[in-house]
Amino acid sequence: MTIVLSLQRVVKEYPIVPPVRALAGVDLNVDEGELLAVVGPSGSGKSTMLHIMGTLDRPTSGEVSVAGYKVSELSDAELSGLRARHIGFVFQAFHLLTGYSALDNVADGLLYTGLSLDERRELARSALVTVGLAHRLSHVATQLSGGEQQRVAIARAIIGEPTIVLADEPTGNLDSKTSAGIVELLDELNRAGTTIVVVTHDREISVHLPREVHLLDGLIESDVSREPA
Amino acid sequence: MRNGDLRSELHPSDVIRTATVGARTRPLRAALSALGIMIGIGAMVAVLGLSESSKSELLDQLERLGTNLLTVEAGAGIGRGDAVLPDESVDMIARIGPVEATAYVSSVDANAYRTDLIPEGQTGGIAVRATGPNLLETLGGTMAEGVFLDEATASYPAVVLGSVTAERLGIRSLEGGPQIWLGEEWFSVVGILDSLTLHADLDRSALIGEVAAESFLDHDEAPTTVFVRAQPDDVLDVANVLPATANAEFPDQVQVTRPTDTLEAAEAADDTLTALLLGLGAVALLVGGVGIANVMVISVLERRSEIGLRRALGATKRHITYQFLGESLLLAGVGGVAGVLLGALVTAGWAAYEGWATLVPLVALIGGVVAALLIGAVAGLYPALRAAKLSPTEALRA
Repeated sequence: MTIVLSLQRVVKEYPIVPPVRALAGVDLNVDEGELLAVVGPSGSGKSTMLHIMGTLDRPTSGEVSVAGYKVSELSDAELSGLRARHIGFVFQAFHLLTGYSALDNVADGLLYTGLSLDERRELARSALVTVGLAHRLSHVATQLSGGEQQRVAIARAIIGEPTIVLADEPTGNLDSKTSAGIVELLDELNRAGTTIVVVTHDREISVHLPREVHLLDGLIESDVSREPA
Repeated sequence: MRNGDLRSELHPSDVIRTATVGARTRPLRAALSALGIMIGIGAMVAVLGLSESSKSELLDQLERLGTNLLTVEAGAGIGRGDAVLPDESVDMIARIGPVEATAYVSSVDANAYRTDLIPEGQTGGIAVRATGPNLLETLGGTMAEGVFLDEATASYPAVVLGSVTAERLGIRSLEGGPQIWLGEEWFSVVGILDSLTLHADLDRSALIGEVAAESFLDHDEAPTTVFVRAQPDDVLDVANVLPATANAEFPDQVQVTRPTDTLEAAEAADDTLTALLLGLGAVALLVGGVGIANVMVISVLERRSEIGLRRALGATKRHITYQFLGESLLLAGVGGVAGVLLGALVTAGWAAYEGWATLVPLVALIGGVVAALLIGAVAGLYPALRAAKLSPTEALRA
């Protein structure tokens, strides 16, 4: 198996007074094709870990590799390129552009790869079909339900077939029934080959995923893999 | 290194596209901030356009009137009543080399009335002046109706009315052969002058022939004003010798003026006003620029999560800078183009109202848009850099 994401002895300290050690030495490898949950109570370092995995932030010490690239060896602009081409993000708050259609929101997933709008829209159409929104292409974000908005955000994350998708509390703003639909979608995408890391505090979700990494006080407390149900 | 494929790129057309996101999500705010620039640029273009149009109108007018016309008048001496020039002055002046033509008028001690029934006191401010047939040509005047006095009519009781005079007497055409009561005699109106622009006193006169004045009104003919057409290159030289030529005995009692000088003086006064208005326009523009900067700063604060999202999608700091700088340039640019159009429109409207040719300098049109873009760049730079400096994690936390 190819390792697509690896954290080695990753420490992240915030230089405030008193200093906060959000990650205290984390080791984690994610293989291609995995679907895993990073769970933990608030303040356990989940968000920091997501940001470091997504190269939105650099660790204080330790080594991070994504898609075979060592983050410490890349410039800020190269990290942007790495995110544009290899990492897809899904956020709790969806972060869709209001006033733009579902199609154009999804097309923005490839905005910083230099593809033309026509090419991006073409790919966005099939990504929206994949997430089950073939009938909502031209609806603007505000006309969609919460679950549909998150599906649009997921389509935006997978449009470029990234090496890894990072989902930050993807069901945090949704009711339980809609949440189940989103988890099911993530599961389907994973079965089709997408590597997905879901960061959540919700055990309801994490117990359904094949691998569950528990974070507490900036350290990995347990790392449980289970056979698919 | 195998980092060659880690390029974050934004398609050129998408640089513009991302710059329009703000205007698309908050159109009213964008319109209002562009309006500020539009007013500033519009005011400046209109001021420049109007000043240029009126200047070209002035040049036309000078061209038409000729700057080589001089008037010679007797300054009123103490205790001498109406000042007159010596009888021989007209002949003397005509003998100056570079003088092309001369004409004169003399005040006639009489009043003009529409009929003989009007009380003597109601003169209507109309002066009666005696003159010769060459006055019209010397002044470059034109007739609204009829003909000017000629050798024949100058000795008959015939009169030509100035434009104001005709209006005051209620005579608008020569139909029916109108006559006016002048002195103690009926005079036939043979012509009505167009306004003479520089000679308001003649507009308010009734002009009769010298011989007629003598024979019907006992007029003693000493001229009050002599009009002199000199060769254009020698106007100043002629002006210098005119006083002594017109009145060898008392040259300092002779006033020589060039009527077109008053037009030029008025235009110079206009220049000061133009500079003042341009300054006001510049202030408006500055305020507009501050407005855009303000809107951009607020926009960056409000759109932190969008900035975070874009960084997550792979935007570099430079892409974020481009987006917000582009948005500021777009607002200012739209405002600038609209302002230039507004200014040109105002100029055209005003010029049409004044009957001038519309003339908006190209420099003002291009300069207006360039100035707006410069303001947009300055106003947008700080907010754009601030947006770019925002760390992605902080932006996403918002």
